[in-house]
Amino acid sequence: MIALWLVLPPLTSRAIAVPLVVGAAGISAGAWAVRQGRGRVGWGAVASGLLGMIGGVFVTRASAVHLSDVITWSTLVSLTLVFMTPLVFASIGGMFSERSGVVNIGLEGMMLMGAFFGAWGADRTGSWVGGLAIGVVAGALLALVHAFFSIHLRSDQIVSGTAINFLALGITGYIYNDVYGGRGTPGNLPAIPNVNLHWLGSIPPKSLGRFLHDSFSGINLMTLLALALVVVSYVVMFKTAIGLRIRSCGEHPRAADTVGINVHAVRYASVTTSGALAACGGVFLSIGYVSSFTENMTAGRGFIALAALIFGNWRPFGALAATLLFGFSSALAPQLENVESWSNYSTLFAALPYLLTLIAVAGVIGRSVPPASVGRPYVKQ
Amino acid sequence: MTEPTPPIEAEQEPEAPLGLAARLELWQRAGGIVTPLLTTIFAFFMGGLVVLVISGKNPLNTYKEIFNGSGLNWFGSYCSFPCASAGNLQQTLIQFTVLILTGLAVAFAFRCGLFNIGGQGQYIVGTVVAIQIGVSFPSLPTAIHILLAMAGATVAGALWAGIAGFLKAAVGAHEVISTIMLNWIALWVASYLIGFGGPMQDPAAGPVPVTKQITSSAKLPIIWGSPLLQGLHIGLFVALAALVVYWIVLSRTTLGYEVRAVGFNAEAARYGGISVARSYFLAMAISGAFAGLAGSMDILGWQFRLDLTSVQTYSQIAFIGIAVALLGRNGAVGIFFAALLFGALKTGTSTRNLDPNVFKPELANNLTQLIQGLVVLFVGADVLILYLWRVRRKLRLPQRKGSPA
Repeated sequence: MIALWLVLPPLTSRAIAVPLVVGAAGISAGAWAVRQGRGRVGWGAVASGLLGMIGGVFVTRASAVHLSDVITWSTLVSLTLVFMTPLVFASIGGMFSERSGVVNIGLEGMMLMGAFFGAWGADRTGSWVGGLAIGVVAGALLALVHAFFSIHLRSDQIVSGTAINFLALGITGYIYNDVYGGRGTPGNLPAIPNVNLHWLGSIPPKSLGRFLHDSFSGINLMTLLALALVVVSYVVMFKTAIGLRIRSCGEHPRAADTVGINVHAVRYASVTTSGALAACGGVFLSIGYVSSFTENMTAGRGFIALAALIFGNWRPFGALAATLLFGFSSALAPQLENVESWSNYSTLFAALPYLLTLIAVAGVIGRSVPPASVGRPYVKQ
Repeated sequence: MTEPTPPIEAEQEPEAPLGLAARLELWQRAGGIVTPLLTTIFAFFMGGLVVLVISGKNPLNTYKEIFNGSGLNWFGSYCSFPCASAGNLQQTLIQFTVLILTGLAVAFAFRCGLFNIGGQGQYIVGTVVAIQIGVSFPSLPTAIHILLAMAGATVAGALWAGIAGFLKAAVGAHEVISTIMLNWIALWVASYLIGFGGPMQDPAAGPVPVTKQITSSAKLPIIWGSPLLQGLHIGLFVALAALVVYWIVLSRTTLGYEVRAVGFNAEAARYGGISVARSYFLAMAISGAFAGLAGSMDILGWQFRLDLTSVQTYSQIAFIGIAVALLGRNGAVGIFFAALLFGALKTGTSTRNLDPNVFKPELANNLTQLIQGLVVLFVGADVLILYLWRVRRKLRLPQRKGSPA
């Protein structure tokens, strides 16, 4: 994992040798990790090492003089955090659902519910707390529908999830047009505040302090919450009895039932949690980041979150790493547009998360293994 | 998706006018129709409630307006030239054409036990290839050019879906995940290709992200209506032929038999000597072929060029294919009617067909989404139908206790 992030900094350097050396180090570290049996991390490091080398070479060639104008590193970091935040919420949410044995393709829809009702709630209640609460409740309610259909009525969970996405598009689009019409959401929506981290600027040495200040001083409360959520969900999922129950329902519901776990109750709770968390990501999009709602504003982020979850092998820190990577590639894309001769390819960058995930499920780089009983309804005997 | 098998035996009464076997058959056939029909009615009912409660509009008027907007009122009405309802019906049938194909793309994989959620990506790949071929060979005779473009799009769609089929067959990667990923890869690669400065963008268009127009030799002939006003193109027959092909392949060929056997029970099929991996791959590839063909129909039939917006939004039509296949219960006849329903809905709620005084078109668009979601949600819940059936039986049982069984 360290190797993975070790190789990203070389882009900062202007000398051609540095990225090559660090990239090679990353690749060899990755290769070593592969041989140690930690396939995924290792190949990830190899891949990003290569990326770092290519990027480094291209950056040094492109316009060495104006490099600092072209790619602003503090902006890149803060944008990565911004893009990452909704993905973290949704993919951790997805983890709860899928670990308990319910596939959640409806993450996208639940995010969208959060995004709209977050904005609507903030508008109505006049505070972002109200918006957050209403958005989360809306996402959880939609998740409850998914839970009811996939647990009680035993419909195909993928069909149900697809329906959830349609429904969310319809519901949010309908109410949005009905309430706000062509005017759009009001411009003075209460926003989720940023956290004041200006003291970072005073950290010596001065350049580091300024970098930290520029990168993190504009950090949103939700971003910090997202990072905290990763830790909390790790503890809950892998260090507590609740997590053990959730996981056992996803791996072997019959066995869980035998030892007295109410499989249906656990699954209901997990799916609802996933909806609430995905909605948090949506709320961040509408009133944390842009302060408005537009139709279908999640634009596939729910699916990226799903991809991150799978790429992260259904684990919190894995998902975090994946969202960091995906967020970074999203943040990098618009910056590449500033680089002449590379601007065209920035669109292609958007496909990267999906391509990586496809490779991950294909098992080329450390196979992603889903919970054993995911997707199967459980019928009590 | 198996047919709900209701507990019929208990319902049979000795004094029934029909023979037991005949009644059972009738019921099962009705069950095949009744469930989707009920689902649809229920979805429209819920949609109507939304219209009534949230917007305070009369749902019946709204639906009537949508119906008229779809051009289905053309049937049985005298209509002088130029005729608005005929024009609308042409649009509905154009959508119908594509929806049949995207519906088949989902349905064929379903029959093999696979969920092809990647119709969108396969459709996009199909459109891109159709454009490329349509732009490239201006000197070809019309028929050959069209066939070449169609074949290219079909093969492209098949290959794109085949990736997912191959991954499923070779390493067991879940086709839902891989097709979702392939959707987005296709979307972004296509956006790159036709986007500003992309290799397929028309240099004459300046900053507008749009491809060149296909040459006239690659345009599908118009069979009804004016070529200038997006008349109905010959693709309708291609789609209908595809329905027939679908039915023949599934029920009259070895391949279809194997695919269905794998869909019923992959383990049993493997035991019976069927290559499950091959079936997975072929089923996905054939599914993708339908979706790719759908892409070429839109390009060669009425779009003629591809712009960024239609790649990123219009291609949602492949998602409606999921609803079509589910509502049509993966049968050729069912898909025909389901595609007609959704084609009519889509045209009827388009911005220019709705009178804003009766119902805001932007709302209607979303109403379609809502209805679509409800249809998918409830069609997927076979158990709900069974449950309701049991409730009904429970309600009826006490009355019957008096009579000897």
